[in-house]
Amino acid sequence: MNEEAKREGVHLEARGFSVFYGAHEAVCKVDVSVPCGLVTAIIGPSGCGKSTFLRAINRMNDLIPGCRAAGELLFDGQNVYGPEVDAAVLRRRVGMVFQKPNPFPKSIYDNVAYGPRLHDRCKRGELDAIVEESLVNAALWDEVKDRLHMNALGLSGGQAQRLCLARALAVKPEILLMDEPTSALDPKATARIEELIVQLRGRYTIAIVTHNMQQAARVSDRTAFFYEGNLVEFDATETLFTRPREKQTEDYITGRFG
Amino acid sequence: MRLKLRKLMDHALTAGGYLAIGGMALFLLWVLVPVFTKGFGAYVFRGTVEHRRMMLGEFNRGDLARLRAELAEVWRAREPVYRAVAAFERELDAMPAARRKALRSAFREVREGVAVLLGPEPGVPLPALTRRLYGQTRWEQAREKAADILFEETWEYSDAGSRRVLVPRAEQFEGTALAPVFDSVERDLAAMMRPRLTVYPRFLTDRSIDAHFFGGIGPEVLGTLYLSLGAMLVAVPLGIVAAVYFQEYAKEGPSVAFLRSCVNTLAGVPSVVFGLFGLAFFINTLRVSPGKSVLAGALTLALLVLPTVIRASEEAIAAVPRAFKEGAMALGAGRFRTVATVILPAALPGILTGIVISMGRAAGETAPIIFTAAVSVGQMVKPSEVLSQPTPALSWNLYNLCTEHEAVEELRHVQFGMAATLVLIVLALNLAAILLRARVARRLKG
Ligand SMILES: Nc1ncnc2c1ncn2[C@@H]1O[C@H](COP(=O)(O)OP(=O)(O)OP(=O)(O)O)[C@@H](O)[C@H]1O
Ligand SMILES: [Mg+2]
Repeated sequence: MNEEAKREGVHLEARGFSVFYGAHEAVCKVDVSVPCGLVTAIIGPSGCGKSTFLRAINRMNDLIPGCRAAGELLFDGQNVYGPEVDAAVLRRRVGMVFQKPNPFPKSIYDNVAYGPRLHDRCKRGELDAIVEESLVNAALWDEVKDRLHMNALGLSGGQAQRLCLARALAVKPEILLMDEPTSALDPKATARIEELIVQLRGRYTIAIVTHNMQQAARVSDRTAFFYEGNLVEFDATETLFTRPREKQTEDYITGRFG
Repeated sequence: MRLKLRKLMDHALTAGGYLAIGGMALFLLWVLVPVFTKGFGAYVFRGTVEHRRMMLGEFNRGDLARLRAELAEVWRAREPVYRAVAAFERELDAMPAARRKALRSAFREVREGVAVLLGPEPGVPLPALTRRLYGQTRWEQAREKAADILFEETWEYSDAGSRRVLVPRAEQFEGTALAPVFDSVERDLAAMMRPRLTVYPRFLTDRSIDAHFFGGIGPEVLGTLYLSLGAMLVAVPLGIVAAVYFQEYAKEGPSVAFLRSCVNTLAGVPSVVFGLFGLAFFINTLRVSPGKSVLAGALTLALLVLPTVIRASEEAIAAVPRAFKEGAMALGAGRFRTVATVILPAALPGILTGIVISMGRAAGETAPIIFTAAVSVGQMVKPSEVLSQPTPALSWNLYNLCTEHEAVEELRHVQFGMAATLVLIVLALNLAAILLRARVARRLKG
């Protein structure tokens, strides 16, 4: 670990953390520390448990019958799976953007306002401000400001994904989880999202799952390499891509498998 | 060889499908076309002056001055008939006993026929039954009644079977004072009845008079609306809650499996059993009303359509993309909020379709309301009375009118009018379902 990580502090820490689907252990005793305010990329071959790990952080796996977690996952020093934790409250602090853009079949405005409306009774004016701010942060404002009340399903894929990002930002989360946010997008839309991630860096702790090695290299500060449920290597992105310690990592990033 | 066989099978399947659907369509047409054409006759028909007299007398509708003028004309045409009947009555008294005996019963038939055709003679005391206050209001029925006056119906029996023979009464009464009746009726029927194309849209909403001899089917239509809307009022919230529970809350297990099989069994129970259950449970046990009532009927119908509503809603909810649900949950929405703000709105088109189809079913069901809500003859039920009063309803009264009414033959137009109206109400509900679904789906798709 370099100096910067120590200075920034640890936002999320897994200690011997495992996730099971029934008897199948999809994430095995992972130890990882996600630093505050930085971008952490998670890479690895298909089926290695990246999504499972990511979804464990905001407890989305609770929705899957038979899925359970073991070990410790500390968010700001508090165990995410502790008995006193309300998953809904946790998810407010841990935003998520999914692989496939999933705007609600409502207006653009209502999509962004969905989270704030859920949590606090804000006045119309405040809500308008939050919606605008979130859309600006997601770099979508200019494109949609004249049609905020149009149905969100009419947006293009890239726009829809940025809307989902705005929707997540509107609840003012502390961590942002992104599961292959650009895999359904064309290169131009991908570039916009990447740009956004770079802009959001520092304000939010970001964890991003990606299959695109260049993307991981471009946007992230730290990279975690998963293989068959195990965390093989976790290091500064530059180090991991230029001087990997493990043979498996090297094989993967040089395209020999996966 | 195998390929040939497969192709043959394909063709056979296609042909079978076309045959089934075509047969069904033909059958539907075969039933619906007569229902609609004859049912149309309740709304548009050739109405006689008696119809207009009845309208003014019973519903206070129409132009009194014009009717008076018309009646003056009519009476001029009818007068010879009345005069001849009166003259023959005197003549009959003076006849030798044998001849009097031979003619008397035939004369009574003629006199009765005249009263039925033309209504009571002006100036005589009015009959007690409303149906006897007016003559024939519909031209085609007037012509039938006229034929009853003109001909005596006899049956000729032979080895080959029996044959209906119409014997003109004019021969029997040749040379008597009654003879002009037959000439007049044959020649001047139109002048006596003055048929005119009549459009009677208020058949749909008018009260019925003297057990449907006159007037419309308003109480039945209203009753059907009360019952089906009432059933929906109960079944929809219950059904949606149950569907949400099954889809979003229930953990698969023996108790949920049991509940599910209960719903499926409920769907297969014959409707008459629901009727008996409604009587035993809602009226006799819970005593929701002192006897049959709209409330008891609506509750029974609600139970009947509940499985349909639950299934349609469940399917609609299951069809909502998981991604919507995950999106809402990931923003910190609890399960209830997710259901209320994302899942139900997205499932709305499917749920609506289920609701409207169930409503059509509730409108058409007969057996469940026989024991719980329906009466054969009834007035319009006021909204304030639905909790305690029974009501007529299209489905039950259609059956009743076709089988148990004292004048089944004479009320064909009302029967077909009811049938066509009921079919139209159900079709309109289904059409509404389709349109509503399209509308909501369009709004969701943007
Ligand atoms: N709902 C589930 N039920 C049972 N097993 C699951 C479920 N979801 C995932 N798995 C299993 O868990 C393992 C990890 O899956 P996961 O989705 O986390 O992989 P991933 O790394 O995200 O792969 P990809 O790159 O293809 O998205 C896989 O072996 C998968 O089969
Ligand atoms: Mg994945």
